[in-house]
Amino acid sequence: MILGYNTLVVLAGCALLGLACGTVGAFALLRGRALMADAVGHAALPGVVLAAMIVATLGGNPRALPPLLAGALVAGVLGVLAVQALTRGGRIREDAAIAIVLSSFYALGVALLSHVQTMPQAAQAGLGKFILGQAAAMRAEDALWAGGIAGFCVLICLVLFQRLRAACFDPDYARVMGLSVARTDLALLGLIVIVAVAGLQAVGLVLVVALLILPAATARLLTHRLPVLLLVSALLGALAGALGAAASAFEPEWPTGAAVVLAGAIFFTLALLLAPERGLLPEAWRRAHRRIAATESHFLRAAWEAQEAAGAGPGMAGDRWTPIAALAAARGWTETYASRLALWLALRGLVARADREIHLTPRGAAAARRAVRAHRAVELHLLGLGATDIAGADRLADLVEHGLPAEMATRLLAEPSALPASPHALGPKT
Amino acid sequence: MSQSTTTPAPLAITHLTVAYGDKTVLWDITWQAVPGLTAIVGPNGAGKSTLLRAALGLIPSIAGEARFFGRSLDEVRNRVGYLPQRASVDWDFPATALDVVCMSRYPRMRWWGRVPKAEREAARGALDQVGLADLADRQIGRLSGGQQQRVFLARALAQDADLYLMDEPFAAVDAATEQAIIAVLRRVVATGRSVIAVHHDLSTVPSYFDQVLLLNGRAVAAGAVKSAFTPDAIARAYGGRLNVLEQAVAEGGLQ
Repeated sequence: MILGYNTLVVLAGCALLGLACGTVGAFALLRGRALMADAVGHAALPGVVLAAMIVATLGGNPRALPPLLAGALVAGVLGVLAVQALTRGGRIREDAAIAIVLSSFYALGVALLSHVQTMPQAAQAGLGKFILGQAAAMRAEDALWAGGIAGFCVLICLVLFQRLRAACFDPDYARVMGLSVARTDLALLGLIVIVAVAGLQAVGLVLVVALLILPAATARLLTHRLPVLLLVSALLGALAGALGAAASAFEPEWPTGAAVVLAGAIFFTLALLLAPERGLLPEAWRRAHRRIAATESHFLRAAWEAQEAAGAGPGMAGDRWTPIAALAAARGWTETYASRLALWLALRGLVARADREIHLTPRGAAAARRAVRAHRAVELHLLGLGATDIAGADRLADLVEHGLPAEMATRLLAEPSALPASPHALGPKT
Repeated sequence: MSQSTTTPAPLAITHLTVAYGDKTVLWDITWQAVPGLTAIVGPNGAGKSTLLRAALGLIPSIAGEARFFGRSLDEVRNRVGYLPQRASVDWDFPATALDVVCMSRYPRMRWWGRVPKAEREAARGALDQVGLADLADRQIGRLSGGQQQRVFLARALAQDADLYLMDEPFAAVDAATEQAIIAVLRRVVATGRSVIAVHHDLSTVPSYFDQVLLLNGRAVAAGAVKSAFTPDAIARAYGGRLNVLEQAVAEGGLQ
């Protein structure tokens, strides 16, 4: 596997574009401008086509990139202005305005494109590549341009960092302090237009919005700090750009845009599933863990209280054999379920099992005593406040006792070191 | 900074009229705030928040103007602090409590680079004043509602202004937070600054505030709570709809 010079150029160019898109995209996402990037991308098409027609008519080389991107830039800015004109006065909401502008400009572009195919000179420009992106067409000077644009965007984002943060979080407050939010917004919009247009060649106008939003959305799942978010978003953008370009270098039929966006989408999906704090799987794991811990402590407390009910006296239980049936009855569990829990707790070393009875191990007895104390501390506290009756205190304590640290139980109990008697009768649930 | 009696009012509003589309919300409001702790009270839709927002230039007004310390807002921005409604921002935003409070110091900073140490310390001091010093580095989304409200209060305090406009500083906070906030506001006023707060709970107006503006599209009554916050004026502001009012005022010891 040899990376040729061309492939390296394309890789570098796409990575730098991804870097710029990731940086600008982070602020676009936080300011709620994600769809604006989409509008810019789609609105650029008629500009590209018209530029190609003009260049061809003037006898220039329709493959030259700068006039095409200039056309895209003009059309993209017109698209943004059209959206702002439509939303002014409050007649049309921004999402509707964006949808209208995006589809109208794109339709105009498609119509112009089919007309251009009949012009022999302009048809050579291969304008179709702008729709889905074709990084393979990138030349060394294009990569240089991408690098320059990336550097410019990152620099502006760093210089404006505080203004952008203030405008994104609380624009009204920023205005009161005398920061010009309108100018900051304009700068952000300008950056969005620049990176969207710069990304046209590599990613294509249909998908360029994804390169702005996916890295930022991924980074947001991973961190709570804005500087870290910016860094992660920029790096993910660069990585997605490079991976996408590499994929389409090895599989030339793949459109680069699709490959880049798929790479970004894979990162996003992974973060959505696995992000330590906000990911779906860690959250499910934490929830399951809490439920198991609660059930365990319910089981241990039931074992302890069953011994008390069998005559061990308050605070003296923990050292007797308990029939699983009695314990299951106290919790309202089936005996099969209680037996399965007993097996689980035996594996954890908290109980010993013998023919349909269990015995708490020293560790299990200590845990059971803690659970009983927490439960009764909450019960007695609620009863002392007159907040509920005895049955209600039992039910409420069942819900809240699990998060209760030992110190809190000690603070709630009248005699901190003792294990108080249960305020209600122990035994089977009726 | 103390205000002598000859200095202009912290906020003077003249003939202010504001409309959203065809619906006029504020009609020809003329009102002078007096230094101290002032409540703006009125029923829902009375234009209380609108009055603050129009005075601060956040929404356009059809007519009239607001002057701060006798000048236009642009001339004295560094003397005017603002506490917006808590629900007006996205609390899932990637920022810590300290980050949010630091935003109040942005006008004093260079554009780029990190927040300077002196500004960070000032922000920490403001968090300390509202009792949140320990939570400075917590992500704002993980604070309780009352703590978020106090972060906003700290951000306003860190502006080090002479007049604070607060939009419902007591909205949806628990009783303990409410006490903590009013204690902070009293300390602010004790140093000669002024606070004008949109307030919802009529029963606490007499105990919390010195001055009151009763609003219902128009300025119904204004002045010292003792003289202006009468059952009659309240009934006019609320259109006589509330009969708990008499009781509220009675509890406030005004009858």
